[in-house]
Amino acid sequence: MATQIREERRFETARSDLQRRLLRVGALGLMHALLISVSLFMILPFIWMLSTSFKPQTEIFARPPILVSSNMSLEGYRYIYEYKQTGGVLNVVKNTVIISTSYTLLALFFCALGGYGFAKYRFPGRKFLFSFLLATMIVPQAVTMVPTYAMMVKFGWVNTFLPLIVPGVANAFGIFFMRQYISTLSTELLDAGRIDGCTEFGLFWRIVLPIVLPGLTSLGLIFFMSSWNNYLLPVIYLKTPTLHTLPLMMLQMTGPMGFSLYREQMGVAVISTIPLLIIFLVFQRRFVEGITSGALKG
Amino acid sequence: MAYPSVALARPARRRHTLLHEIIRNRWAYLFISPFFILFLIFQAFPVAYSIYISLHDWRGLGPMDYVGLENYKFLLGAGGRAFRQSLMNGVILFFMYVPVMTFLAIVLAVLLNSKYVRGYRIYRTVLFMPYITSMIAAGITFQLLLQQDNGLFNIILQAVGASPQPWLETKWLARFSLCLLIVWGWLGYNMVIMLAGLQTIPHELTEAARIDGANAVQAFFRITIPLLRPVIVFSVILSTIGSFGLFSETQALFRSTGGAGPLRSTLTPLVYIYDQAFGRFRLGRAAAAGYVYFAFIFVLTLVQLKYFGREEE
Repeated sequence: MATQIREERRFETARSDLQRRLLRVGALGLMHALLISVSLFMILPFIWMLSTSFKPQTEIFARPPILVSSNMSLEGYRYIYEYKQTGGVLNVVKNTVIISTSYTLLALFFCALGGYGFAKYRFPGRKFLFSFLLATMIVPQAVTMVPTYAMMVKFGWVNTFLPLIVPGVANAFGIFFMRQYISTLSTELLDAGRIDGCTEFGLFWRIVLPIVLPGLTSLGLIFFMSSWNNYLLPVIYLKTPTLHTLPLMMLQMTGPMGFSLYREQMGVAVISTIPLLIIFLVFQRRFVEGITSGALKG
Repeated sequence: MAYPSVALARPARRRHTLLHEIIRNRWAYLFISPFFILFLIFQAFPVAYSIYISLHDWRGLGPMDYVGLENYKFLLGAGGRAFRQSLMNGVILFFMYVPVMTFLAIVLAVLLNSKYVRGYRIYRTVLFMPYITSMIAAGITFQLLLQQDNGLFNIILQAVGASPQPWLETKWLARFSLCLLIVWGWLGYNMVIMLAGLQTIPHELTEAARIDGANAVQAFFRITIPLLRPVIVFSVILSTIGSFGLFSETQALFRSTGGAGPLRSTLTPLVYIYDQAFGRFRLGRAAAAGYVYFAFIFVLTLVQLKYFGREEE
């Protein structure tokens, strides 16, 4: 009897071991199938964008679809290079770079300064002012869009880059982010600086800024990316085509009657995507840090 | 001996403390002032000015005619059907993609966080790439992929034996296509947030549950999801605001209808307001719509916080 039971048990454990192993192999297979199919879905539009930007009109909607062909050319890129209305794509790249770079640098300066103020001074009203600053984040752009436009008309700022740069240079998110970062610095360091005769601004400029460089990089990447890809503000304020940015050119480019500009639009899309992609691949860790710290601490 | 002098000094010191503290910290006020100055000019003033505009009929260049609550009545009355549709669209889109995207983001994050999956960094990079891409560029690409005749998606569908679909032409398919674009753009972002959240949960917790006899699925629903709750709430609230504020996505995907899509099925509040203000030059109405929208989304966020946010207390 006893041996029989033992035999049965052994058989059972063997079977459940096998089951478990099969289950594990199946689960692993499913996991990888999911990951791989999602990854393919993510990559496909990039490949299609790149491929279309070189294709002649007749091959864009070919059946079966064509990924690479001998008819590919740089014609599309030549069209956007010579596109007169916007002064060529290089002028548009220049506009986008000027706006994004100046916005990023100014916003980093003012957000770090504000974050430093909130992190390292115990002034009266600090808690209230900081809560107030966070509360302002709930005001949606939809409410301020119309009156702000009316103001910009009065300022004479329509058709300049200023409405895209100035209103957001000291923003609540950036100050919140930098305050988190700067709070971790030791106060003794600042006190040492004070003893050495540093002014309060000097402490910020010479001691704080160099130390929080990683944080500035994270935040700067987010600022640069959102400014580079912004469409709403440029479409409202940049009426003259020679002032256009890349997303604006992508949508507003026109061709000779009856011709679709898919190839040319994809060309601009490629030109707009590649710089950010390179920056992202180089600074990937900082990027992810910047994105996640807001979510976890907030 | 020291005691009375301290007691005497105290009232005098207290009187001077606040002013003294403010002066002592004058640099701090200077450092935080840029935000508050810009806030007053570009947020507080416009929000107040917007009330004034919303009570007028204003065609942009001409004079402003006072009309009282007429613009609000319009939005809530027969003429405001498009506006109410846009709010409804926000709700519909939210329910169409947020649950799926959030769940998928969590599952992918759990997979990448597990020790069984190799190539963690490659997957993370690939999934995150769409987030840094301009939604205009992505939208035009999707328009190309989703063409009814000879778009790549329909060609693939036919290759596997399914019938081609008019992805961008009918009401629900248009919404589905928009959701596809949004999920493409935002899944990686949400996954990265969830992944960071997961990394704060100690491995021992789920391992202990497994030792106590829970299987992987049980551990996922009973341990991982509850512990991730704050991060999930954050991402869901961001997605709510996101689905009402969709703009460039619809502009690129449904360019011929100014972003409204077939039968206004993808018209979002922000696109409605933009169109009223800059397409039709009805600035008063646009301002009023902005306010109603603000109230709507404010209440919605509070409700969400109440229902998902507070349970752990």
